[in-house]
Amino acid sequence: MSRFEHFRSLFRTMLDVPEEIAPERYRALRRKITLLLTTAAVVPLVILSAINYHQYRATLTREIVTPVRGLVNKTRHSFELFLAERSSTVSLISQVYSPAELSDERNLNRIFRAVKGEFPGFIDLGLIDEKGVHASYVGPYNLKGKDYSTADWYQQTRVKGVYVSDVFMGFRRFPHIVIAVQRMTDDGHSWVLRATIDTGQFDRLIASMGLEPESDAFIVNTAGVLQTPSRFYGKVLDELPMPMPPMTYETATLETTDPAGRDVFITYTYFQHADFVLMAVKPRAEIFKPWTTLRSDLILLFVTSVALILSVAFGLTDLLVRRMRASDERRIAAFVQMEHTQKLSSIGRLAAGVAHEINNPLAIINEKAGLASDLMELARDFPERDRFRALVDAILRSVERCRSITHRLLGFSRRMDVNIEQLDVNDVLKETMSFLEQEALHRSITTSASLDQAMPRIASDRGQLQQVFLNILNNAFAAVPDGGSVTLATWLRDPDTVGVSIKDNGKGMSDEVLRHIFEPFFTTKKTSGTGLGMFITYGIIRRLGGDIAVQSKEGAGTTVTVFLPVKAAPTATLGS
Amino acid sequence: MQELKVLLVDDEEEFVTTLAERLSLRGMVTRIATDGEQALRAVEADPPHVVVLDLMMPGIKGTEALRRIKAGHPAVQVILLTGHGSARDGIEGMKLGAFDYLMKPLRLEDLLEKLHEAGRLAHAAQGNS
Repeated sequence: MSRFEHFRSLFRTMLDVPEEIAPERYRALRRKITLLLTTAAVVPLVILSAINYHQYRATLTREIVTPVRGLVNKTRHSFELFLAERSSTVSLISQVYSPAELSDERNLNRIFRAVKGEFPGFIDLGLIDEKGVHASYVGPYNLKGKDYSTADWYQQTRVKGVYVSDVFMGFRRFPHIVIAVQRMTDDGHSWVLRATIDTGQFDRLIASMGLEPESDAFIVNTAGVLQTPSRFYGKVLDELPMPMPPMTYETATLETTDPAGRDVFITYTYFQHADFVLMAVKPRAEIFKPWTTLRSDLILLFVTSVALILSVAFGLTDLLVRRMRASDERRIAAFVQMEHTQKLSSIGRLAAGVAHEINNPLAIINEKAGLASDLMELARDFPERDRFRALVDAILRSVERCRSITHRLLGFSRRMDVNIEQLDVNDVLKETMSFLEQEALHRSITTSASLDQAMPRIASDRGQLQQVFLNILNNAFAAVPDGGSVTLATWLRDPDTVGVSIKDNGKGMSDEVLRHIFEPFFTTKKTSGTGLGMFITYGIIRRLGGDIAVQSKEGAGTTVTVFLPVKAAPTATLGS
Repeated sequence: MQELKVLLVDDEEEFVTTLAERLSLRGMVTRIATDGEQALRAVEADPPHVVVLDLMMPGIKGTEALRRIKAGHPAVQVILLTGHGSARDGIEGMKLGAFDYLMKPLRLEDLLEKLHEAGRLAHAAQGNS
């Protein structure tokens, strides 16, 4: 089996529906085709949409997060520059001046003023001698002589050489940092130059980031203590109410939930030369505002597409299935009609065959009986002549009866002189109706006619049409009760066909009767009918190239419609 | 009234003998034939005035016999009999020169009437020839 065949058989299996012409077949067809169409269209759409969704989301996140990272990076640089400048200044002073010069508070004061003028943020400057005691000091506080020998920063400075502290309040009661540089004199004495720097400068750097009101940026130390005030997470030296992000030297972004329950993006960077981390916190909603808009558009597009697909799938399937059903039904109707016609034609042939076969023996009986009669009449003396005469006459009457039946069967009671002429159907109908006027009057049957006067004349046989109309009218009159009504109508169905309908409001027929109405010897008139009327009528109309249809409803009446060709049918010209 | 010679042709012997007897009783000179060949020989031997010819016979079909009779003896009148309802054969026969046609079973009066008409025509034709 080729791949194509395989595919086809798969398709057939999927669209397997009952073959029987019943509502289930069309329901199943509708369901399956719709499902198939919808699946075929929606599944790729869903996949495409999902891919798009994630692609867009990733792209947008990148696009939004990248500038924030840049900003955080730049700000860290500013911080580092700030701290580096301050450290360098302190370092420079310690290199340029000897401890002796710096011990002189007048000198120290002059240097401090120059430095303060050049680099804002310096609060005080002091020299700590080898013993850890403030040997000289300039600044707003009276710290001269204070012993730092046990202070942590002092120890760290002695170890590292340069020390930048975390922010702390100290006894100055405002946030600041300490920058300390250790030096050795030529004779091996160690000393430390120490400066305090106001972290108000930090706040200005943070402010220069120009963040939206919903966003936040701050510096924390690696222990998680805030070094600058935060909008949402506390004051200076408060514990940051979030876990510290993992250590990296790159600027990184982290998605998390803050203590207030907001979904946030944290962009952070670790300082290289200080234990600080710069963090920028942006609420997710803020970041995804453009994304949300885009997403709504995407969803709207998706929903619209699906709705469109569904409506097309449903509409198309409905249309297709409807058409299919109509065509199935037409096919069946045509089939039934054909079957009916064929059946009638078979019955006709059978009846003719039987009649023909019977005619020959009948002819013999006829002649024998005739001869018997002849001989009897001629005999001079015939015992019981009257009795025999009666017997023979009865035989001859029976033969006559048979003869009339077989003759009607054979010719559909055809008159021998088929005579096609141009005639007015209305005239023929009115003429035929006049035969029944007496009966109509007698039984007070209302007859009415709506005849199309503009109809063309048709080529047909007057006598045969009269017989047809008379047969149908007789049936109509037999069906209606006294006082009933019979309505005639004629019209031009199409340029080649005229219609004649004869409608009564009589007792009507059951479907069963209707099915057999054109068959020979089928009669509902138990005593008076031969059962050949409609059979003969049917035969004549078919021979004239026309058609006949009967609609009936029990208790409501019957309408017999005859269609006749305007031009004579070839079969009708046989006898002319 | 002149003598009327009638040849009855039908494959149903019972029919044809009985009919011959009935016609004889009515003063006609009858002969019978039960197939087409016999009929043709009988006509050759002594042309009758009228032939009553059944159309449905084995052997030479009625129409063929009719054609040959009319070809050899145009004066002989032929009345066709048909047990078949189809008017086609009858009408075709009329075209081939048959005098008329009747359907079986016959009404004797009809047959007699046709026979006399045909006989008059045959006598006239013979008289003229």
